[in-house]
Amino acid sequence: MPGFDFTNYNRNAALHAKGVPLPKATSTGTTIVGCIYDKGVVIAADTRATSGPIVADKNCEKLHYIAPKIWCAGAGTAADTEFTTALISSNVELHSLSTGRDPRVITCMTMLKQHLFRYQGHIGAYLVVAGVDPTGTGLYTVHAHGSTDKLPYVTMGSGSLAAMSVFESTWQPDLDRQGAIDICAEAIKAGIFNDLGSGSNVDVCVIEKDQPTQLLRNYMKPNDRPQKERNYRFPRGTTAYLDQRVISKEDMKKYVTIETLSGDDKITTGDSMEVDT
Amino acid sequence: MAINFKDGVILGADSRTTTGAYIANRVTDKLTQVHDTIWCCRSGSAADTQAVADIVSYHLNMYGVTNAEAPTTQVAASLFQELCYENKDALSAGIILAGWDARHGGQVFSIPLGGSLHKQPFAIGGSGSTYIYGYTDAHWREQMTEEEGIDFVRSALQEAIKWDGSSGGVIRLVVLTKAGAVRHLYLPDNGYTGPGVTN
Repeated sequence: MPGFDFTNYNRNAALHAKGVPLPKATSTGTTIVGCIYDKGVVIAADTRATSGPIVADKNCEKLHYIAPKIWCAGAGTAADTEFTTALISSNVELHSLSTGRDPRVITCMTMLKQHLFRYQGHIGAYLVVAGVDPTGTGLYTVHAHGSTDKLPYVTMGSGSLAAMSVFESTWQPDLDRQGAIDICAEAIKAGIFNDLGSGSNVDVCVIEKDQPTQLLRNYMKPNDRPQKERNYRFPRGTTAYLDQRVISKEDMKKYVTIETLSGDDKITTGDSMEVDT
Repeated sequence: MAINFKDGVILGADSRTTTGAYIANRVTDKLTQVHDTIWCCRSGSAADTQAVADIVSYHLNMYGVTNAEAPTTQVAASLFQELCYENKDALSAGIILAGWDARHGGQVFSIPLGGSLHKQPFAIGGSGSTYIYGYTDAHWREQMTEEEGIDFVRSALQEAIKWDGSSGGVIRLVVLTKAGAVRHLYLPDNGYTGPGVTN
């Protein structure tokens, strides 16, 4: 049977009732955005994955492939966004093969919402679906409970408020390609800098009619770590010594036996220890 | 809300969708088409009402094709009631259905939370409706003209938006008559006076 396995549900509920804490899921904090322009659509995301207060991954990918011209940005539970987009991507490809047509964004959005609605919000996937198809450009948000919205510009995740403030103050109806990329990147940066759940880099995906889809991985790196100006290594001669003695090879023979090996003798060496250089 | 008037029905709604204190969408379209001249106003959970409307839309589409005749508003109402009643424990959906069909003309049905079905001259629903029971009751008249009907709905919604924090944004209307469906839009920028017809 396809779908999820609930075999351990009762065991987990019983353990939880006895006070065993639930395992932590990664990536609840995120900023993802999308924006349409005259010939296509742009989506963008930050690259921070969190597990509670810990940054689990400093440069993760939140832009997911669904079809060559349909991509998805995911917020919420990392595993859920990953698996739902993979599942729908698979079904969309089979559907496209069966119908002999290019997949549509609205088809993909409907499949996602019906899947998420069936699981009544237990699948914590909050998505921005974008793409171009024979009917034109599409941009939707899909919430974990299965509701959808269709808008010219959208934001989701914990950084959505910061990102939306950028759109609401600078968005114009007649954006071109670069204008859309700029406003999306700026919105993600607002999330990166003002939302604790978001951070690191900006990923961008540009989807345009009759043009190959461009995934601009790490389009911006506003948090690059520079070369450290100082290090903690001690310079030679830091340790004081009272006496120095040089023992020659001849003198050494007084203490140990020295054997010189020829080139073809097998030498067994132990694993070398990892040392700082 | 939805009302009957001389030549058909008018549906109206604000455009605010909220998640807690945050406005998730300020230009939502809560007036959803389920057939050519059968539309509904959705209130309650967005996910639930969208899912229910999608299912009804599918069935009405199949009905229209298999019978080579448009379904009546009653058929749509029964489908909505069945879904809302049988799944009442899992749904939070308050739906107002309004439609025009050749046999009965304009009709308005209300399907509140429990899944009951009420045929009414006009219906209001959603969080903002409590603020306009008095207004609508005082101003309601049978057999209004289209212009009077639009003014009635728009003024009532304007009042609901004014008093209810969970309602706001633009006012969307759909006028359903023998001529088909006509959309209207009224923006807050000019005190909800225009632009009016949008298709």
